[in-house]
Amino acid sequence: MTGAKNFQKIFAKNFLKILAPLYMAALYAFIFLPVIVLVIFSFQDGRLPVPPLKGVTLKWYIEVLSDRALLVALGNSLIVALISSAIALTLGFLAATALARTRLPGSALIRGLLIAPMTVSYLIIALGLMTLWRDLGLTVSLWATGIGHVIINLPLCFAILYAAMGDQHRSAERAARDLGASEGRVLWHVTAPMLMPSLLAAFFLSVTFSWDEFIIAFLLTRFDVTLPVEIWSMLKSGLNPKTNAVGALVFLASVAVLIILELTAFRKHAP
Amino acid sequence: MTAAVSIRAITQVYGTQTALHAIDLEIAAGEYIVLLGPSGCGKTTLLNIIGGFAAPTAGDVLIGGRSMAGVAPKERPTTTVFQDYALFPHMSLADNVAFGLRMRGMAAGPRRTKALEMLDMVGLAAMADRRPHALSGGQRQRVALARALAVSPDVLLLDEPLGALDLKLRRQMQDELKAIQRRIGTTFVHVTHDQEEAMAIADRIVVMQSGRIAQAAPAREVYLRPASLFVADFMGEVNKIPLLDGLSPLGPLMPGTGTLCIRPEAIGPTGPLPLGAARVTDVAFFGTHIRAHMAPLAAPELTLTVHLPQGSDVTIGHVMPLFARDAVLL
Repeated sequence: MTGAKNFQKIFAKNFLKILAPLYMAALYAFIFLPVIVLVIFSFQDGRLPVPPLKGVTLKWYIEVLSDRALLVALGNSLIVALISSAIALTLGFLAATALARTRLPGSALIRGLLIAPMTVSYLIIALGLMTLWRDLGLTVSLWATGIGHVIINLPLCFAILYAAMGDQHRSAERAARDLGASEGRVLWHVTAPMLMPSLLAAFFLSVTFSWDEFIIAFLLTRFDVTLPVEIWSMLKSGLNPKTNAVGALVFLASVAVLIILELTAFRKHAP
Repeated sequence: MTAAVSIRAITQVYGTQTALHAIDLEIAAGEYIVLLGPSGCGKTTLLNIIGGFAAPTAGDVLIGGRSMAGVAPKERPTTTVFQDYALFPHMSLADNVAFGLRMRGMAAGPRRTKALEMLDMVGLAAMADRRPHALSGGQRQRVALARALAVSPDVLLLDEPLGALDLKLRRQMQDELKAIQRRIGTTFVHVTHDQEEAMAIADRIVVMQSGRIAQAAPAREVYLRPASLFVADFMGEVNKIPLLDGLSPLGPLMPGTGTLCIRPEAIGPTGPLPLGAARVTDVAFFGTHIRAHMAPLAAPELTLTVHLPQGSDVTIGHVMPLFARDAVLL
């Protein structure tokens, strides 16, 4: 009786010991397998990025890096991501300080309205902007895309920074005022530096969201497209290891941003 | 630098609650004032009004003869040492101390020299380039003090500055605060609920009770000649003997009606006011003195707390005649 029980116990224990890593492996495979396949077949020595792998070559990467249209799109994407994120961050920071520090009538409503765009689909935002642009008699452009990206990233920046503002910041700000700092200098010398990890996190998240964004960029650009739109037009002419190579490079950029974030913003400060 | 502070009929109302009832207080230039009272007595509210962090409902504060109505904290000749120190965690100690000078437009070189001088005053010059998180509570306190004094304010406000320190460090910091204040001559207004701290450092103690000043006087007077039962109780332990037309449970003591207040250390085997014989019911050795509870033979239900000299020979059950001095009728 006890022997059987013991056996059961040992079996259960070992079973879990095997099952847990298996489960984890399956989970990560589910998440990363598509990316891994994409990266592997970007080295395909042939016309089609499908098995079998005929050989390894870097020619698709060389082709990507000598494709002017692609490089221009990449530059556009970078410019839009950096500038729209900087604007979203600044606006989000100012809104968060105002709402966290002063008692305003209807501040709950203002907070709600600031976060609301997060719940609206990108397609709706893009359609709205497109209509507005046409009514104003403007032609769609990178600028319109940039404004769209500010709209989607402002709620994110606001929410991150608003949540990060604690009472210890308030007390340091009070001390700064007491020592003769104007409101602008309090923000610049005390509030912003104390929030630096959250500011960096909000900025880099905004950059990655803008970098990846397709729908708004697709609907609001015509000639000066961003990278996702350029990749889309490449895909229209069929599968090609070159698109895999572009995808691998974009993935590499995202990983790089993530590593930078991990080393700066999310790093726990040594006590 | 230093300046006189004149508080004129300051009233502060929060909704239906009145935090301060028309407070009047004159503080001389270079005086060390301690605002003392239990929590909720209005002492911190008054400090915030002097510093400009709260606007009074009515009344005015004058610093150096100048009305402070509508003057923001950054424009006032005051600086504050906050209870939680409120140091800037992202700056070195030198940058923390130099912050006020930087806001006043002083160049980096002279600013650093002055900051090091101030850090030297509080004994932390060697740590000038460290960050605040590397410091102990007492050291942070010193940095906060150096930072507030670096801009040479006319009036320094201290909001329970020693509240977070342990007892030994608190006593040591009290001595330092007093010494620094004497040396620089700035007016200090210090808020605390610790009456020993108040007596240790104040030129004048302002005892506050529910938004009013109960008594404003030097430590000796507040302790020995309290203006009310509240002050007598708040400043330390006190024996209270009811008195009606000169008669007390112990027999006739002195003319008058009220409560006779006598400090435990003012009762002993000799003195001008005889209290009659009493029996020792409890004895404890306290190091600096012997603390005994005694029941007067005339009124055994009344317990007197008595502090006797360290060498006194008292045991439970012992009967001895008691005398008092410094008795106050309130």
